[in-house]
Amino acid sequence: MDLANVLIQLLNSVQYGLLLFMLAAGLTLIFGIMGVVNLAHGSFYMLGAYLAYALSSRLGSFAWAIVVGTALSVVFGLALERLLFRRFYQRDHLDQVLLTFGLIYVFEEGRSLLWGDDVHGVAIPPLLDGSLPLTDTLSYPVYRLFMMGVCVALAVGLYLLIGRTRLGMKIRAGAFNREMAESLGVNIRLIHAVVFAIGVALATLAGMIAAPVSSVYPNMGAPVLIMCFVVVVIGGIGSVRGALIAALLVGLVDTFGKVLLPQVAGMLVYVLMAAVLLWKPEGLFKS
Amino acid sequence: MSAPATHLEALPRSLQALLALGLIALALFPLVGSDFHQQMVTRMMILAIFAMSLDLLQGVTGLVSLGHAAFFGIAGYALAFLTPADAPASLWWTLPAALLASGAAALVIGFLVVRTKGIYFIMATMAFAQMVFYLFFDNRALGGSDGLYINFRPDAGLFDLEDKRVFYYFTLACLAGVYAFLRRVLWSPFGRALAGIRVNEHRMRAIGFGSFGHKLAAFTLAGTLAGLAGYLWGAQTGFVNPELMGFHMSAHAIMMVILGGMGNFAGAIVGAFAFEFMLELFKDLPAFGGFDAGKHWQLWMGLFIVAVICFAPRGLLGLLQRLASRPGLREGRDG
Amino acid sequence: MADVLLSARGLTKTFGGLAAVNGVSIDLWRDRIHAVIGPNGAGKSTLANLLSGDLPPTAGTITLGTHDITRASPEQISRRGLGRSYQKTNIFPSFTVWENVRLAAQSRATLPWNPLRWLRRAARDAAVNERAEAALELAGLAGRRHAVAGAASHGEQRQLEIAMTLATDPRVLLLDEPLAGMGAAEAERMVALLLRLKPRHAMMLVEHDIDAIFALADHLTVMVNGAVIASGEPAAIRADAAVQAAYLGENA
Repeated sequence: MDLANVLIQLLNSVQYGLLLFMLAAGLTLIFGIMGVVNLAHGSFYMLGAYLAYALSSRLGSFAWAIVVGTALSVVFGLALERLLFRRFYQRDHLDQVLLTFGLIYVFEEGRSLLWGDDVHGVAIPPLLDGSLPLTDTLSYPVYRLFMMGVCVALAVGLYLLIGRTRLGMKIRAGAFNREMAESLGVNIRLIHAVVFAIGVALATLAGMIAAPVSSVYPNMGAPVLIMCFVVVVIGGIGSVRGALIAALLVGLVDTFGKVLLPQVAGMLVYVLMAAVLLWKPEGLFKS
Repeated sequence: MSAPATHLEALPRSLQALLALGLIALALFPLVGSDFHQQMVTRMMILAIFAMSLDLLQGVTGLVSLGHAAFFGIAGYALAFLTPADAPASLWWTLPAALLASGAAALVIGFLVVRTKGIYFIMATMAFAQMVFYLFFDNRALGGSDGLYINFRPDAGLFDLEDKRVFYYFTLACLAGVYAFLRRVLWSPFGRALAGIRVNEHRMRAIGFGSFGHKLAAFTLAGTLAGLAGYLWGAQTGFVNPELMGFHMSAHAIMMVILGGMGNFAGAIVGAFAFEFMLELFKDLPAFGGFDAGKHWQLWMGLFIVAVICFAPRGLLGLLQRLASRPGLREGRDG
Repeated sequence: MADVLLSARGLTKTFGGLAAVNGVSIDLWRDRIHAVIGPNGAGKSTLANLLSGDLPPTAGTITLGTHDITRASPEQISRRGLGRSYQKTNIFPSFTVWENVRLAAQSRATLPWNPLRWLRRAARDAAVNERAEAALELAGLAGRRHAVAGAASHGEQRQLEIAMTLATDPRVLLLDEPLAGMGAAEAERMVALLLRLKPRHAMMLVEHDIDAIFALADHLTVMVNGAVIASGEPAAIRADAAVQAAYLGENA
């Protein structure tokens, strides 16, 4: 495999890893701060993809589809938290697992009723539909670079939000000691709602920007959910930094695995996870 | 994971009577039921064994595994590999071999995941089960996504398992045997230790119990018993595919155990039958003026699951318990 | 001089940059009660956690009898003969009082991989029942055996804490605030129990109740900010100026 090919696979790894990070970050935040495990997280990814399809046909513009789609997902996340998830923060993980598993079914069928079961494509917006030349013979799709850009921007935004703003400080305080934060005047309920909505929005947005590349099909959330879990287990629950590093690691192992060792490619990531678990049963980073 | 409040362990007399009646009903069913329904009940009994094996892990020890179906599927595949295309294989060595395969897989995977706690454990079990799924899904040599056929039921020598009624009674015998075995385990020193680990693992370690060893033993035993169910499934349907080890199968098992009520194995049986019944009910829903309700059975199933979790978290037995409202049904037997 | 059953040297535990326990050495002798006192945050519970294996020390050694238990797990330490009771009641709330103690007694008999252990009835093990019965009697809970532990009174739960610890047949006892939250009568009963236990055990007592301390302790160690500032006979400690300034001065 020559240098140009390695470079392309490297870029693919990073792109896949960053997309996984967007999903894993939401999952690990929601779990780290509210203690809720959400199996339906992959469903938000699927809903995002279908939203991208439905809205871009409706509105005629991919960009507007993303804006409107994200706004819708925030509203959806807030409603879901308020009506359902809020009651489950103190419940057993078992109950949460079952609740969210039931939701997977409901979301899949909801999608089926709204948009049917067909596979769809979403066109790459013309502005981003090109290739950047890397060498004389190979070039890299601009859209994938765009995807990476969006993920990086969001990662930076998340870092700034949590590390540098008052809201972020309140989030961290609430995660660390709920009663203390409440007695200091932090509105914990609002914080939880915001964090949940951010998680949902990240997952939906990931689905939206991935749609032109991965196409839109039923049950597309399931493999992504599994990968997300692997990333969170490797990275450490509640650690956004861990999620980033683990996601990039998983992206690398998976992408290069498929190219170099296709027969065992599907299993390599799990071997990685097994190795991490043997060494550090609580993941690479503590939250 | 926080320990749930009181589990129903010692079954009240009324429930024991109900179970005995159920056994009699199951024994008499082939005499009155149609062939189709007999097949259905056989399947329900197999799933009840599967659910009981998970109850040992989840209800008694408090370990929530999202990957229990891996061991169910492995045993089914073991039978598929051991049965030649043109002749049956003997029950008396394929069954132990399949159990060994499931047990060994449970031991290896258990060794890796039991060291994790709480939510990590749930996610890790799910991930490893997916690994097993992809192992079979991606490899044509192992049957690939199409799965494998089992052309003959195992040869039992003394009785003929190809006869559907004989197979029904064989399955019933397995169901009763596993139930009796697990009830004994529940009250054994091992079972008491598992219950203690569920309620307060920290204190168990402080008083000298090695919780890792106990949890791993429970995980392995549960996996082996899931293998029994998987073997029977393969034998009955004559077909295995990777879906048998999939995430949905594992989640269904959890549902069955929760639906019935955890920690006493009777609930697992009740839950398995009730769950399959609901599933058939939803799938057979007629179409209402253009809306094919049966096609969207997943929606009803999902709403049903959400409803159970919101309103009946202790399952059917828990509901019965509340309705009968008998005080002081507590855990732990004295003397 | 009485036998030393447990000995710790230079125990240190740091969290980040903070030393919760700093270079603490302590000996526990048979037939002696060694009380550890100090203000809140002095590191007393952390010390107990280090000795019982709940936390690994950053530095230092712990020897139980002839065994080095510095890096041992809690279950290994318990099996070597150290029993610990907890400041925050740490029982099995949904089990009966009897089952709590029986399970603790069973710990000495269990190996999970022996299939025979999967088929016998736990409740019928005579040796285990005997041990449990003895512990229950000693702790004064024989009359409450059928009560659900979570529903018992606070004092009874503290007694149960002790009973469970005793059922594991330890030689060394670490008791973390056994009198916490008790009324006068209950506290008196507990003090009497502790004195009954003294001859056959080496005991370490972490406590705040000054009267109880001076009634029970043969030896006193005072901790402040993770370090030992004084250690010796209670009368001498009482008179120690540094101790008075740092601790007793606030209450005495």
